[in-house]
Amino acid sequence: MSILVIAEHDGSALKGSTLNTITAAAELGDVTVLIAGGNCDTVASQAAKLAATNKILLAEDEIYSTPLAETFTPLILSIARDFSHILGPASTFGKNILPRVSALLDVQQISEIVAIHDSDTFDRPIYAGNAIATVQSKESIKVLTVRATAFEAATEVGSPAEIAKIEIVTAEKISEFISTELTKSDRPELTQAKIVVSGGRGMQNGENFIMLERVADLLGAAVGASRAAVDSGFVSNDYQVGQTGKIIAPELYIAVGISGAIQHLAGMKDSNVIVAINKDEEAPIFQVADYGLVGDLFTEIPKLEAELQK
Amino acid sequence: MKIIVAVKRVVDYNVKIRVKSDNTGIETANIKMSMNPFDEIAVEEGVRLRESGLAEELVVVSIGPKQSQETIRTALAMGADRGIHIQTDEEIEPLSIAKLLKEIAEKEKPDLFILGKQAIDDDSNQTGQMLAALLGWSQGTFASKLTLDTSNANVIREIDGGLETIKLNLPAIITTDLRLNTPRYASLPNIMKAKKKIIEELVPSDLNVDISHRINTLKVVEPSSREAGVIVKDIVELVDKLKNEAKVI
Repeated sequence: MSILVIAEHDGSALKGSTLNTITAAAELGDVTVLIAGGNCDTVASQAAKLAATNKILLAEDEIYSTPLAETFTPLILSIARDFSHILGPASTFGKNILPRVSALLDVQQISEIVAIHDSDTFDRPIYAGNAIATVQSKESIKVLTVRATAFEAATEVGSPAEIAKIEIVTAEKISEFISTELTKSDRPELTQAKIVVSGGRGMQNGENFIMLERVADLLGAAVGASRAAVDSGFVSNDYQVGQTGKIIAPELYIAVGISGAIQHLAGMKDSNVIVAINKDEEAPIFQVADYGLVGDLFTEIPKLEAELQK
Repeated sequence: MKIIVAVKRVVDYNVKIRVKSDNTGIETANIKMSMNPFDEIAVEEGVRLRESGLAEELVVVSIGPKQSQETIRTALAMGADRGIHIQTDEEIEPLSIAKLLKEIAEKEKPDLFILGKQAIDDDSNQTGQMLAALLGWSQGTFASKLTLDTSNANVIREIDGGLETIKLNLPAIITTDLRLNTPRYASLPNIMKAKKKIIEELVPSDLNVDISHRINTLKVVEPSSREAGVIVKDIVELVDKLKNEAKVI
């Protein structure tokens, strides 16, 4: 089997979710990685060094310096027929591009796979992870996006893979990149963070989130929130963890003043370790928590901060 | 300007879903159904453009069983002008949905087609991008802000770690993310008015689209459940457990 991975990178290194995708791809067969960008020699050599990669295809041109679906799709289509599977990370990059590719190959994509049974059978979460479907594709080319948290990152170094330059494919210009504005924060991004500290309605107001931020900074964690906290205006929408917000699976999730509505649990219940701090011992969050502490967050969180500083 | 919005009837987001005992799918009998939350945002965006005078007509389309007409009525009550219902009791995959919507787009010739970024039942997040591909249109996915002029759409997109601004030639596909707007509740007079609005009824074969499945669902199971946790007595014990038992800090 020849497997193509569409790499996401920032011009100097592969994104973490691409490393997870490469691991998934290696379970299926020989891995070729497509790297498209303005100037990405360093990315190509990083990918080539990985034990899990067999070949690197490099498409360098200014038109690929920003990942527009409209320019990446014709490039991917130009090589797609050489592969049995095309994989991309289920990041906003992969989710944007892969379905466009899939439709033009006239194949039905399978989104966010979390396990590989064989070359055509995969597990994927549905209903925000409240059920797992095992699905089988009979398509000639399987187009898959990969949920990063379900596969280890490919880091092992092996004999260097061949790097081959490929022709760029120009397309009619129907869209244009203007700018990106990355959230400036010293904290890790919510979907990438190893530890997340989230607050709910129990936080009472937005100012009190400073308590969580202090704990987060001691742990190198991201800060999240429940929908109730977002709807109450405590924090903005991009903090929201839940079925209609971000779905995350960090190593450690600390839920503070969060009752544990279904819609929130859907977004965090795959976390490795869950801690709940809530004054209501009947709160449903305790049913999914590995460690529960029944208490008033306004006394417990300062104690937690003090304990972590020791 | 003409806008089409696609809406899907799904299990309400507050319902705790149950896997069928024979592992063939999800229990949907006698379960509360609602408009997919991201589609509500799509309708709201369309209604706002309609109210601002930028759009003259807002058409809402849904594909699904007879009850999908209730979902269309909800959109009509929010302010859409008319509906199109493609009736089928089959579960239809995103590629087939995109092919059906393409036929609608070619007939209706909208300047903008707005969809939710994903349905909260199958969580595919594919239909909008596929529709854009099949039509050869530009796509502004996961939109958190949309501004229009006569020939372009400026879209601020939610990307991992921040925001991206792109400019699209019209006609274009937009898929909605959470921050785009807060959908309104339909008022009672508008719900009454919506009952008189027209819903055109079609079936997939009217559009000559093959809706047969490409993917077989072999089984659907509950995710592995978490083992019961412990209640700790205080913060000191909690931090100790996290350090020495779970080894996560």
